[in-house]
Amino acid sequence: MTATANPTYIGARVARKEDPRLITGEGTFTDDVMLQGMAYLTLVRSPHAHARIRRIDTAAAKKEPGVVAVLTGTDLEATGMLPVFITVPSMNGSKHMPIATDKARYAGDAVAAVVADSRDAAKRAADLIAVDYEPLAVVVDASKALEPGAPIVHEELGSNLVFTYPVKGGDVDKAFKDAEVKVSQRIVNQRLIPNAMEPRAVAAKFEAGELTLWSSTQIPHFVQLIVALNLGLGQNKVRVIAPEVGGGFGSKLQVYAEELLVGHLAKTLGRPVKWTEERREGYLATIHGRDHVSDVELAAKKDGTILGLRVRTVANVGAYLQAFAPGIPTILHVFIVPGPYRIPAFDYEMRGAYTNTTPVDAYRGAGRPEAAFLIERIMDRLADEIAMDPAEVRRKNFISKDAFPFNTISGITYDSGDYAPALDRALAMADYKGFEKRRAEAKARGNYRGIGISSYVEICGLAPSKANAALGVGWGGYESARIRVHATGAVQVFTGTSPHGQGHETSWAQIAADALGVSPDDIEVRHGDTFESPGMGVGTFGSRSLAVGGIAVHKAAEKVREKVVQIGAHLLEASPADVVVEGGKVFVKGVPEKAKNFGDISMAAYLANNLPDGMEPGLEATVYYDPPNFTFPFGTHIAEVEIDGETGAVQIVRYSACDDCGRQINPMIVEGQLHGGITQGIGQALYEAAVYDNEGQLLSGSMMEYHVPSAEDVPAFALDNTVTLTNTNPLGVKGIGEAGTIGSTPAAANAVIDALSPLGIKHIDMPLTSEKIWRAIRAAGEGRR
Amino acid sequence: MITHPFTYQAPSTLEEAVEELGRSGDSKVIAGGHSLLPLMKLGLAQPEALIDLRRIASLRAIRTESDGTIVIGALTTHRDIAHDPIVRAKLPALAEAAGAVGDLQVRARGTIGGSIAHADPAADEPAPALAYDATIRAVGPKGRRDIRASDYFKGTFETALADDEIIAEVRFPAPAGRSGSAYEKFAHPASGFAITGVAALVTLKADGGIERAAIGVTGAAAAAYRATAAEKALAGTNGDAKAIAAAAAKASDGIAALSDLAASSDYRKHLVTVFAKRAILRAVTRARA
Repeated sequence: MTATANPTYIGARVARKEDPRLITGEGTFTDDVMLQGMAYLTLVRSPHAHARIRRIDTAAAKKEPGVVAVLTGTDLEATGMLPVFITVPSMNGSKHMPIATDKARYAGDAVAAVVADSRDAAKRAADLIAVDYEPLAVVVDASKALEPGAPIVHEELGSNLVFTYPVKGGDVDKAFKDAEVKVSQRIVNQRLIPNAMEPRAVAAKFEAGELTLWSSTQIPHFVQLIVALNLGLGQNKVRVIAPEVGGGFGSKLQVYAEELLVGHLAKTLGRPVKWTEERREGYLATIHGRDHVSDVELAAKKDGTILGLRVRTVANVGAYLQAFAPGIPTILHVFIVPGPYRIPAFDYEMRGAYTNTTPVDAYRGAGRPEAAFLIERIMDRLADEIAMDPAEVRRKNFISKDAFPFNTISGITYDSGDYAPALDRALAMADYKGFEKRRAEAKARGNYRGIGISSYVEICGLAPSKANAALGVGWGGYESARIRVHATGAVQVFTGTSPHGQGHETSWAQIAADALGVSPDDIEVRHGDTFESPGMGVGTFGSRSLAVGGIAVHKAAEKVREKVVQIGAHLLEASPADVVVEGGKVFVKGVPEKAKNFGDISMAAYLANNLPDGMEPGLEATVYYDPPNFTFPFGTHIAEVEIDGETGAVQIVRYSACDDCGRQINPMIVEGQLHGGITQGIGQALYEAAVYDNEGQLLSGSMMEYHVPSAEDVPAFALDNTVTLTNTNPLGVKGIGEAGTIGSTPAAANAVIDALSPLGIKHIDMPLTSEKIWRAIRAAGEGRR
Repeated sequence: MITHPFTYQAPSTLEEAVEELGRSGDSKVIAGGHSLLPLMKLGLAQPEALIDLRRIASLRAIRTESDGTIVIGALTTHRDIAHDPIVRAKLPALAEAAGAVGDLQVRARGTIGGSIAHADPAADEPAPALAYDATIRAVGPKGRRDIRASDYFKGTFETALADDEIIAEVRFPAPAGRSGSAYEKFAHPASGFAITGVAALVTLKADGGIERAAIGVTGAAAAAYRATAAEKALAGTNGDAKAIAAAAAKASDGIAALSDLAASSDYRKHLVTVFAKRAILRAVTRARA
């Protein structure tokens, strides 16, 4: 019998073990690392979006008191290039040095480095560095970057085209020829700034040939690997520690210039070095997300049946390819565009373009929110065109539950799904039937009320290593776990995942507790230190940690449990098949009064003088788990908005969601992920946009201009779930980290457009700011009363 | 985000503070610091000396004088103003404006004197200061000087305050007769500053019609202003919804409206009329209650 057959802690609302120290300010973040003799790095960043670097005069800076070193790109070439982990077909990769040597390619590109005894001295010296720039023509817009004659970001590539990524299935031309209804829409998925609460930070020391590097990262093992390779150190001589990490959302899913620089400088200067990002600096120099422009065409029958989908998208990758950037608009986007629908013909061509803007990479949902937004907007356009209820258009095209595993037209296999019950539940929670009355009441107040639906499917559980290889991902998609039971019975779980807010210390303890028959309180989960980890960890991103890392923990715990059973059977003189492990006790079924304590078993494992013949001493297990498939969570989100008829201001007045992430380990954590994710997705729908001027200057350059929504911008969420297990893994878990962000943006945007639909408005690009809506209302001829 | 070096002192009387201010040509007075410190961290302000008013207890008080004037010490925080029972009863547009500043932390630390001295074009409190015809009492080397709010706000961060003067208090005459007032704001979603903020004060005639109106507008133009065309249009009317709407429609007449990512000048001008209407409606309702 396995632990999951009768779980005690899996599925329970266990309070997060992480919270007391974080709430009381006792967590140690990278910037809290203070070492004797520490020096501080600051970077000089180009104010120009595109400029040749003619000369850099560092003389005055070098004379500034407290300055340790002033370095330019040519001094720092020993750090090597920044890595790109994914190669898609026909890709034109860019050379990306930590410090630019020839030219700056975006406003914020680093051109010089200063190390000083204090941050203050480093800043003062940085102000004294004179860079002679030759400004060059700038291209900001990705489509324009692909036009002939556009300024070229990387001359050696000859054009700004990064890749062309076509995915086809079925006969799309025929679908459009046969169509009774065609709808088309240009859909902009605007550029966003991730805004993790903790800015990035890196600190390092080099002692006795060993580099210890602290970084606010989601992937300490990749940082370890690249730092070791680039700096010429043995991987065993590079210890990377991701201490408390205050959010990432993909923005810390990188090996950044500053990690290589701080490591290199600590090694070469012989003293500890630290760099901490400023918020405004982060807006320029930490990756951005999204930035797609898509032309979408849908062919259908009059009864709402979809016949075919054709999409042409240009994705703006920014000035350089970052670590996972080639995979975000391709692998994590194109394949999932069909969503929960049966689409018989599909033709998608994605092109990537370099521009003179901050590099773009994974941002919460990473390709999948763009997919869900695209398909869910066009579904509403179809519903509008044929005057059909948007809920019914969706239901009509859902893949039916008996069709799983389902091979999509884009070429992937959905594990499991049952989409209609989640839609029905969300409709009931939203009182969808009563909506028209509320619309009428709002109209009487002079306001516009709308309701918007979004049914999504997403890809999680990244990823089967062979699938990675086939898709061009240059590393496996496994995860590792080690469980060590000490002689006293104390349990430690070491995980290769690297949480930055997800609560792995709690969830992994719940998983191990059920296998080992002890309380999660008695289990310590350790993470984020490459010298403590089980070996190689891949990291935390793409809602993968539970469905891959959690399974590794489960499997390691099952191995330990098996040994506990064997030892218990031996000590109790019983058959292993009759041994029960629960409540911290090990006993023969039906004879709990003659139990051994869990600690008696672990002690026996280390005393090692009374073990079954041939058994190794000790009580621990290490597992590397490689998933056989991806997982495909799904759900339906419904937003209801009311728009002030005079100002265009949108208020989300009601929000209901029914999500299905398979088995939930900790429903409280699931809800927390949804609360944050939904709010973040609403941010994209209503508020957030990274806006550049034509010269490549970021206009939305601080939190004074860029609105990250907070609790007061959103209503209380009504959440529920269905549970459709996956057979991809033994716990039946799928992942929930990004679902909120994926579901909410289209729901909120569809609600706004629905509110304005009585005025004949079909689409407005995000963010749906009050001014844009006011202008649309005014243009529709009903603005002034 | 590191400021340039500066000296710091915190005198315990206003006279000493004025003296210190006169000593250096490049010193700045600091109250709550919620405007000045961010500017210093960004390098946009680089004063050599900071003179902190925090020890001058006499500046941190709200009192009513015998003629009914409500006097608010320059160091009174937005939060204290928003919660003060006298302000809430007599100057509700000021209480509402103070309660709409930034967020809780800013309100707990930022002061009315700081806000008025800094004169951010999107600050809230200038609007009620104008509508209530407040007087800004400044103290300098030559003694004290009273400046009417309508003469005070000159432009973006520009005021009638001299470099060697410190605001001691802001004096609000108690609204006379059957009057009502209110503040309505359209906040910038990110910063919380007013894209438009309108304070309206109306006084009623015996028959319930509008005798007089005073409307202060912030956020829309380079400086907070009195919407005189709207005031004139409202005075003498019966104060019904139609009259209010017609008057409010003139609240942005003649201004050079600001334009930024959050609101173009067209939109700002439109918002001024909408929020003027809402402020006047509530002011009239209060006056009639």
